[in-house]
Parts: sequence; structure tokens; C-alpha cells
Amino acid sequence: MAGGLTYTAVDSTQLSTAEYYGKALCELGREHPEIVALTADLGKSTKIGMFGEEFPDRFFNVGIAEQNMFGVAAGMAKAGLVPFLSTFSTFASLRSADQLHTDICYQNVNAKVIATHSGTSFGQAGSTHHAICDMAVTRSFPNLTVICPADGMETVNAVRAAYATPGPFYIRINRGFDRVLYPSTDYGFEVGKAVTLHEGTDITVIACGSCAFQALQAANFLDNTDGLKVRVLNMHTIKPIDREAVEKAVMDTRRIITVEDHSVIGGLGSAVAEVVVEFGKGCAFKKLGIQDQFAPIGLHEDIMSILGIDSNGIIDAVREVMKKDFELDDNWDDEV
Amino acid sequence: MPLTTKEWLALEKKAHQLRRLCLDTTYWAGSGHIGGGMSIMDMLTVLYHKYMNIRVEEPLWEDRDRLIMSKGHAGIALAPVLVDKGFNDPEQLKTFNHTNSKMGMHLDANKVVGVDASTGSLGHGLSIALGTALAARVRGKDYWTYCILGDGECDEGSNWEAAMTASQYKVTNLISFVDRNKCMIDGCTEDVMKLEPFADKWKAFGFIVKEVDGHNIKELCDAIDFALDNREAPVMIIADTVKGAGIDFMENDYRWHYGAIDEDKYNQAKASLDKYYEGRKARAEKG
Repeated sequence: MAGGLTYTAVDSTQLSTAEYYGKALCELGREHPEIVALTADLGKSTKIGMFGEEFPDRFFNVGIAEQNMFGVAAGMAKAGLVPFLSTFSTFASLRSADQLHTDICYQNVNAKVIATHSGTSFGQAGSTHHAICDMAVTRSFPNLTVICPADGMETVNAVRAAYATPGPFYIRINRGFDRVLYPSTDYGFEVGKAVTLHEGTDITVIACGSCAFQALQAANFLDNTDGLKVRVLNMHTIKPIDREAVEKAVMDTRRIITVEDHSVIGGLGSAVAEVVVEFGKGCAFKKLGIQDQFAPIGLHEDIMSILGIDSNGIIDAVREVMKKDFELDDNWDDEV
Repeated sequence: MPLTTKEWLALEKKAHQLRRLCLDTTYWAGSGHIGGGMSIMDMLTVLYHKYMNIRVEEPLWEDRDRLIMSKGHAGIALAPVLVDKGFNDPEQLKTFNHTNSKMGMHLDANKVVGVDASTGSLGHGLSIALGTALAARVRGKDYWTYCILGDGECDEGSNWEAAMTASQYKVTNLISFVDRNKCMIDGCTEDVMKLEPFADKWKAFGFIVKEVDGHNIKELCDAIDFALDNREAPVMIIADTVKGAGIDFMENDYRWHYGAIDEDKYNQAKASLDKYYEGRKARAEKG
């Protein structure tokens, strides 16, 4: 793990999530000359430009040409460099999907995609700039690790882990400031391992990205008002999914809600559902997210509220799912 | 350095052997992209037997020259070249396209030794080649990257994204070729999607363009020699070629983009290649 800079809670009020990324990448770049950075005319917006200011000879702006950027990165990785690529999540996952799939994942090269403006975080830009399908697309690409960090500190951890782990990564982060979930990077981040944010035995809320903070708020509220003990898991790694944490949630709470700033088709909710179904135990289940529609235009927090993926939406969903009968027979021994 | 007649004749002989091996591979596979394989065999022969600095005993040598086969369906030409060089077991060619073979029609760089990039989806290779060329700059290496594109694949916009970047970053350690055989799957390039004025397009994108006879070893060598000395702008060698070159019943017939070879066709093609080689030798001897 890279040393040097530390991040504090004060930074969280001053740095956007992407700025954390830019800072972490520069820090890695100082130690590792094989790191290069590429963007497609979004150096400033994605903050990968911070690397370019410090290392101009290792920074490549290819213009508004995402397909080319992914191919160039694949070639660089084949020749021993470790390219980090940044553009908006919707373009990274859709415009250049063929190059990500074929040049990067099929060849299994050591390239790291840090895709910004994920989910509806670029809310006012509208559906052309919302990334509501990116996890669905990238999760299906072999060899690719997919991470959706919850805040700035987790972004730093994810970026460091991406460098430290050979192979392609897709990390989706938000535009702007995320609500602070972690006051430091020191909370035991591990790729593929969910982080328990709140213990509980009545129901489990599994969240990622900006929804993790909202889920924690909902859990605290429900504890105080309804006496409900809600387990909250920050499932920052969408692939490989933490099967053990999901199976334990089924066994311990038998009720699961997933929350994501993404379509409910193919993302976190689908990944968790796949584990639950294969596990074969009865479980009440609900997916919160974007319900097979395009999201409205607006401020990110307003859109999250409209979509029901903020704390109020999660509270409502928990109360609803608590009323569900998941099975009449309480004897689990007769299940497959 | 200028090509001697002896060297030219040796390259003609090698090209002939490789065309035969490509035909054999197609026969063993039952079918294949033989038309576009034959059109680039002279380019591959010149690159692998005169110019490319590679080590068979150390295929991933980091200072090696690279070849990115953007027209990935020409695996049926590249695989015989790599086998002939000694990178892979010759028996593998007999399994080309067979179930569980390491060699499929689009070669997998993680399975076939000596392949520098897995290609097949068109319009990707020039970007990848640009990446390996820029990596040499970042890492202070002096290896060369070669890239072979098909003409039909130049319909893909991503090539022109790559072209702009090559020009913007003045990438002169990349030498590119277009196999201008004027055929694509559904017909002639000018009927399906007009490419002309093709050279002017590359020039407009900042390339120095060399137009050569893609089946003339000397012209190919002269163009590569020019590119190796050039530091002004990226070079595109447009090689005027014949689809199915050397096999009379395939030549210039777009339907031989992909085709099946039975024993009769195989024998006919072999005889045609032998005759073609005699003509090529006679031309080389004239110098």
C-alpha cells in the first residue's frame, strides 16, 4: 500500500470524491514510474488531470475519443505500463464497451478504469450523462473487477487496491462531494469483502456507492423509532461479490434489501439476488434502485429522493419488507 | 540498406513457403479467411524475415519489435508465420479452428506464442499499436511497432480517432500498413463504403503516406526503410494488394474473404501458387 499522504475528516469537507482519486493517483505515480494516465478531454472533470500536471510526460489526452483511449491503454499495458483511464462512467462502459471487453478484459491486461460521474451524480446533465447501466455491463465482462466506492476515503482505498492487484479494474465514483462515511482510510478495506456499517438481526440492507451512507442513516433512524435492528453492508465490490456476507445475511436476518444508484437490472441488486437464489434458502427480498426507467433531471440528492434510494426511501422499504412473509415453514433443515 | 537480389530471392522463397503453409492451414481447418491472408503474406514475410527484432527463445522480450494485426481475421496468415519462425508447435496448425485448439480464426495473444495483441473486432489494432509505441517513448525503449490494417476496417471510426492521436503525439516509432485489397465481406470497398480518396484521407489526418505495390518485396522494403528513417510524422504504407494473391481462382474475388477448400481446390491452389512463385522469382531476378 502506498504511504506518504494521509487523509483526514477535514479533507472530506474540502475534497470532492474525484479529487481524492486525483490525489491518490499522484501519490502512486510518485512511487511507480510505470503508471500512466489517459483521458478523453475530461482531465479536469475527472481529476485525472492532477496527474497530468505533475507528470506531463506520462499523461495522454486523446481528445474526445473514448474507443481509441481504451485501445491505447491496452497497448500500453501490453508493453509494461500501468495505465489509469478516466472518463465519465456512461462513456467508459458504453461508448468504449467493445474496447473494454476485448482489448482490456479479453487480453486481461493491467489497466485501471476510474469512471467518474457515476449513477445519477451528474443529475442535471440528464440521462445522456447518467450512468445507470455501467455495473450491469461491466459486471458481465470476464477478468474485470468492479468496485463502487461509498466515499472519498473508500475511493482512495479502491484506487490503491487497483494498483496493487494485477488485472483490469472498473471503479465508478461520483461527481462532486459524497457524504462522509469513513473518517479515514483505515477501516479494513479489502477487495471482494463487504464492510459491516451497522449490526442487526432483523433485516439486512446491502448498499453501494452513495447509497451506503443513506442506508446507515436509515438503520440508525429505524433503531431509534421502530426498534428494528438493521444490518447494513457496504458492498463496495460488485464483482467478485462477497458471497459469504450475503449468505450470512440470509441465514441471520432472512430479509434483504439492496440499494444502488443504478438500474435494478444487472447491478448490485442482481448480483446479490444471484447469490441468494443459488444459496437456496427462503428470503424476503427487494431491490431499490432505478426501476427500468431513465432517471429525471435534477440535483443528485433530489433524484435519489425521487427514486427512493435515499434514507427515507430505505426506511419505507424496510418497513414494507418487515411485513412480508418469506416462508411459512420455519424448519430450514428440509430445504435444499 | 538496399535490398540485394539474393536477399530478394530469399524473401520470395520464404513468402512462397508461407503462402503454401497458409493454404495448408486453410485445408486442415476446412475453411478460412484465405483471401485476406494471401494479400498480406508479402508484408508479413518482409517484416518477420527482414525487419523485426524478435527472439524466438524469449517471445515476451520487452525490447522486441511488435506487430499488431488489426485485421485479426488474418490469423490464418499470421499463425503459419509464427509457427515457421519456431514460436509454436507446427502440429498446432493442423488443429486451426478445431474445438479446443489454441489457434482460432482470430488469434488469442494469451494462447498463441508470438502474437502481440488479441484482435478480431475491427478498428482496434491501430489504437493498441499506438499504445505500445507510446509505451516505448515513456519507458525509453527503441523498439518499433508495426500495425497491419485491412482496408474495409477503415470504415470504423475508431481508426480515425487513433490516426488523430498518432499525429498529435507525432508517433514515428509506429509503422502502419493498410492491406488495400479493395474487397470486404459484402463486396468491393468502393461499392459498400467508398474509401477513396484514401491516401488523401490519411494525409489529412497528419500521416506521411507511401503507396506501394503490396506484392513487390522491393517496394515494401523501400517504404519501410523510409519509415525507419523518418521522424517527421507517422507513416502509413498503403499496400495495393490482390485478395487471394497467387491463387488464380480466388484473386480479386471478394467472395474469397472466407471460403472452404476441398481436395480439388487445394490441389488447384497449390499448382497456382507454384506458378505464381515462378513469376515472382523471374521478376526478382531482374532486380
